[in-house]
Amino acid sequence: MYPPEFEYERADSVEHALELMAEHEGEEVELLAGGHSLLPTLKSGLATPDVLIDIGHIDAMTGIESNGEGFSIGALTRYADIDGSADVWEGATAFADAAHHIGDVQVRNRGTVGGNIAHADPASDLGGALLASGGTVIAQGPDGEREIPGDDFFMGMYATALEPEELLTRIELPKMGKNDVGAYAKKASPSSGYPIVGVAAVLETNGEEIESARVGANNIMDHGVRLTPTEDTLAGEPLEAEAMEAAAEVATDELDDVMMMEDLQASAEFRAQLTRVYTKRALLGALDRIESAPPAAAD
Amino acid sequence: MTEHDITLTVNGTEHDLSVEPRTLLAHTLRDELGYTGTNVGCESTLCGACTVHMDGDAVKACTVLSVQADGAELQTVEGLRESGTFHPIQEGFQKEHGLQCGYCTPGMMLAATDLLEENADPNEAEIREAIEGNLCRCTGYQNIVNAVEYAGAKMRGDDSGPGTETAAADGGVPTTDYEVVKIDEAAKMENDI
Repeated sequence: MYPPEFEYERADSVEHALELMAEHEGEEVELLAGGHSLLPTLKSGLATPDVLIDIGHIDAMTGIESNGEGFSIGALTRYADIDGSADVWEGATAFADAAHHIGDVQVRNRGTVGGNIAHADPASDLGGALLASGGTVIAQGPDGEREIPGDDFFMGMYATALEPEELLTRIELPKMGKNDVGAYAKKASPSSGYPIVGVAAVLETNGEEIESARVGANNIMDHGVRLTPTEDTLAGEPLEAEAMEAAAEVATDELDDVMMMEDLQASAEFRAQLTRVYTKRALLGALDRIESAPPAAAD
Repeated sequence: MTEHDITLTVNGTEHDLSVEPRTLLAHTLRDELGYTGTNVGCESTLCGACTVHMDGDAVKACTVLSVQADGAELQTVEGLRESGTFHPIQEGFQKEHGLQCGYCTPGMMLAATDLLEENADPNEAEIREAIEGNLCRCTGYQNIVNAVEYAGAKMRGDDSGPGTETAAADGGVPTTDYEVVKIDEAAKMENDI
């Protein structure tokens, strides 16, 4: 199963990548990182680019940096690197949990965070997690760098706020406080492993009650969305299972039914039901992490 | 179409070659370099039959372009056996009857060794997660899990391999010391042996 022919360019640096993108303006260009979304679309003929620009060897775009406030994660950082980072699990639990749930070991060894987010597949596991984590996307263009809040990034199916001449170079995630917890829960397709529904939740707590919550879901609409009725219901609630269950009940209340994803695997109605169920599981998963935390966390 | 010069180090041997950019790593390994143990199954990143190690990590060679692997160290199933001795995972598959048709086996072994090199004492859940990306349509997986447990025990120097115990305890296929038979060129089918 060879893909159709294309021209191949390898970028050595971010600047070189931007030059190559400018050089091939007007042609159909695809950027190649880990290739685990792109290669399947090339092989199936869904994409037939003239040129592939391989950004996968740009060292400056890989790795996880951490300071007191947050993480800066290079676009080429692989899912396996996120999953293998104790720091990210501790400081951005829902995001690490989502990365852990992507595909299988081999896929996590190749697929990249930036490729995933820039591709904006509605079924990506990271869409909801980026929103729930309060993440920011950093893009580099010919005129410099630009920050795009996660909430403004996803525009639709495979559509993002990136301009054609821009390259997603990294994402930034704030670090959770010591009493905060997060989790991701997904109903995976038995054949592909992609989520039929995936929900990421981050709870900011004072150790006794929830101060605020961020809940993001993927593959229920044409792009990742926040489940604001659930977030609003959770604020001020105690850290108890009943509160989580009640908040999950309203998860789909403000979603536009017409825009709900519908495919062979799940009707819109079933997907809405799954969304409520997996919202509950994500919230209870987060609650479990509070309960399993060392006693010092409750001081 | 322009070809690109690349260097691949496979099982410790360096190969310089020219490839079309669209050539998949699985095809280069099989068709250009003769490492035909890298089986091609679904070609869709699902079945794992083409799993190889790339710079130490298990990857599906049908979803890597050969140009992306330029400069990489690769290991295929042919690289598991050293100086005539089976790798513990190969021995485990033999002892625990971890294969029937054998098509998924090279990929299974390389997915398993990726796990065992980091964690030689995995529990069953960890083993099943490690081979989640590899499909087997024959065995029902249990004997594969036993084979990985056997290999783990061997790799950490524990002679009372759990795999052997499991097979005996649950009435599974008894372990047997099979004689290794070299098949000559004329032999095509099992009955030819």
